[in-house]
Amino acid sequence: MMQLPLKGLLVLEFSQYLSGPSAGLRLADLGARVIKIERPKTGDACRKLSIKNLWADENNSLLFHTINRNKESFTANLKDPQDLKLVLKLIAKADVVTHNFRPGIMEKTGLGYGDVIKINPKLIYAEISGYGKKGPWKNKPGQDLLLQAMTGLAYTTGNANDAPMPFGLSIADYMAGGQLVQGILAALIRRQKTGKGALIEISLMESLLDFQFELLTTYYSSGKGLNRSQVSNGNPLLGAPYGIYQTATGYIAIAMMDIQVLATVIGSKQLEQFSQSDTFVKRDEIKRLLGNHLLQASSIHWLEMLQHHGLWAMEVNDWHEMTQKEAYQVLQMEQTLQVNNKSFTTTRCPIRIDGKRIFSSKPAPELGEHQLQIQRDLINQ
Amino acid sequence: MVKLLEDIIIVDLSQFLSGPSAALRLADMGAQVIKIERPDTGDICRHLYVSDVIIEGESSIFHAINRNKQSYAADLKKDTDLQKVKQILQRADVLLHNFRPGVMERLGLDYDTVKALNPQIVYAEITGFGSEGPWKDLPGQDLLLQAASGLTWLSNSQSENPTPMGVAVVDILAGTHIAQGILACLYRRTITGEGGLVQVSMLESILDFQFEVLTCFYNDGGALPVRSAVNGGHAYIAAPYGIYATKDGHLALAMGDILILGILLTCPQLLIFEDSAQWFSRRDEIKQILANHLVIKSTAEWLAILEPADIWCAKVLDYQLLMHETGYQELNMELVVKTSKGVAVTTTRCPIRVDGEILVSEKGAPLLGEHNAEIDQQFNIIDTKELHPIDSF
Repeated sequence: MMQLPLKGLLVLEFSQYLSGPSAGLRLADLGARVIKIERPKTGDACRKLSIKNLWADENNSLLFHTINRNKESFTANLKDPQDLKLVLKLIAKADVVTHNFRPGIMEKTGLGYGDVIKINPKLIYAEISGYGKKGPWKNKPGQDLLLQAMTGLAYTTGNANDAPMPFGLSIADYMAGGQLVQGILAALIRRQKTGKGALIEISLMESLLDFQFELLTTYYSSGKGLNRSQVSNGNPLLGAPYGIYQTATGYIAIAMMDIQVLATVIGSKQLEQFSQSDTFVKRDEIKRLLGNHLLQASSIHWLEMLQHHGLWAMEVNDWHEMTQKEAYQVLQMEQTLQVNNKSFTTTRCPIRIDGKRIFSSKPAPELGEHQLQIQRDLINQ
Repeated sequence: MVKLLEDIIIVDLSQFLSGPSAALRLADMGAQVIKIERPDTGDICRHLYVSDVIIEGESSIFHAINRNKQSYAADLKKDTDLQKVKQILQRADVLLHNFRPGVMERLGLDYDTVKALNPQIVYAEITGFGSEGPWKDLPGQDLLLQAASGLTWLSNSQSENPTPMGVAVVDILAGTHIAQGILACLYRRTITGEGGLVQVSMLESILDFQFEVLTCFYNDGGALPVRSAVNGGHAYIAAPYGIYATKDGHLALAMGDILILGILLTCPQLLIFEDSAQWFSRRDEIKQILANHLVIKSTAEWLAILEPADIWCAKVLDYQLLMHETGYQELNMELVVKTSKGVAVTTTRCPIRVDGEILVSEKGAPLLGEHNAEIDQQFNIIDTKELHPIDSF
């Protein structure tokens, strides 16, 4: 039987919404015991945040269960000295603390890094802010779309004549959570060697700049802003034909490839006049011609041709089409959560360890669900 | 400088972006990363001109991804070179690769073989579509994964084509996930003394990225995402969420109360949407009203009204504007590295701060095979050629 890699670790999660809690979810799936420390009565504000009005039970949204499955819940009013004492006892036993409050909040509560390492010098204290702790933006709300807007990311997607366009998912939150996990785990590795705890800090802004590191490095070197193609933009750095094209029956994706080879394979006389060196300077012209040509036949027709010649092309699926594919089903990416008498399907951890997929059917906790058990296991001991 | 991963040795056989971006992060946190590259060509990313910006004969992107690493040239199809790499692997902590399924087996570097050589090693691999199923031999390329996974139906507006995200998001997330798995297994090794196998596929990574909205799809009877018809921002979020043109630029508006916005912006047409359920069900109408209204004034004028009221809004910046902002400059995100030929390259640093410090290393990307002699010495590599002086090249 495989031992989950983080077995035995205790993580206290003071985080809400997505960034911090997505880090907690990954640590939980990899074997840590993750306890959410929540405000009495309301808890993590994400409990009441639903998408498409989907609820797992009367108190908790399906979204909350998606992000917080496989965790426990302990309620404490951090402004109440009695409760704070209990939390400090938990911190004394914890390996990791995460939070994503705005700068200064944890310090005001008496749970700043400087305070808590006095009671637990081996603690890994990990925090996510929106924009870092200094500078003119430090008190701005750390909301995903705002970060996309401010970091230049909105100029990577869509076509040249479109307005700046956001990603349709919370990329800043997700990346910051992912980076936080890496920092926490690396600090735990150092602690095993030196006995030292650590302070790990991430901001949504730095995470999203890091996410664009290829584009930014190119910008620093060339001084030229991002230049999306006028049609079928796939990535502003890349030349033709990179992008998604409409066919007679749907859409296909075409990645980087030699333009001459492409012209021959799809039988386009017009594309034959271009050489590889034209793929940046004549990008829009090539993409327009290619787009017109591909409209003449079905997706299957083109994909068979392109893939047969080893060219990088792929069908464009929606989730219906994708979930019916054997290639999706063999992954066994879905798993079931039991919430009271109802069952819900969600995704599992994407990392396999020792050849095994990691499943967990444990739903998200009710607010304060593990109060007594945590008192008994960790506080009264 | 703080080095969380001091003394950890990563042998990196991966190319392009997914694996190398993971190795970059581990290098920044203090690990020694040795890129094993084919003689003559090296990592294909050196010469794959994926951008038209070239630094020192190699793409700007190669420099961004491979700074702070060493390069060891070895032809894994030649037994003498393979033996050298195996000697390095005996003392390494991590092996990382992103070859297609079956390649490492053919090279004789599959998990079982390497584990026999070094039972403590963490063996990490990234594939495109996993190592089973009908797509396993397809190229694991970013855009193709975005297309296959449904991701392209989440951005842009309803009447538009499926739209890819304009950054190599699948590569970067697979790199993030493999780094998480590697670090988790290195931690476990400090407890159990044993190595492990970590596997990530780009397909599983990009599904995980969609976990919130996929969970919605699984449980609401399989309804597909519907992008909003006006100023598409997020298929599952109500008005006003999106980016709007103003008189002189663009303004991002995240979640907010439509009635409060109606009052603040002096836009009485919004005040009829009293039932907050309509902010989703009639979001296109609301967004159209907002779009028509917001073009009347400049971004600064709107921000002066909205920001003091704690409305979630921001000015939309391109790179040029961003660089002039104090908020950007204060982060100290830019890092200048130097190649061994003395060429300076400006790039970004690791986004993680440790013990209050930023992590910076001036080391630029290595020349192909630049560190062969140094690594031979570090690992006491005995060149089998020397034992057979008659053999020549």
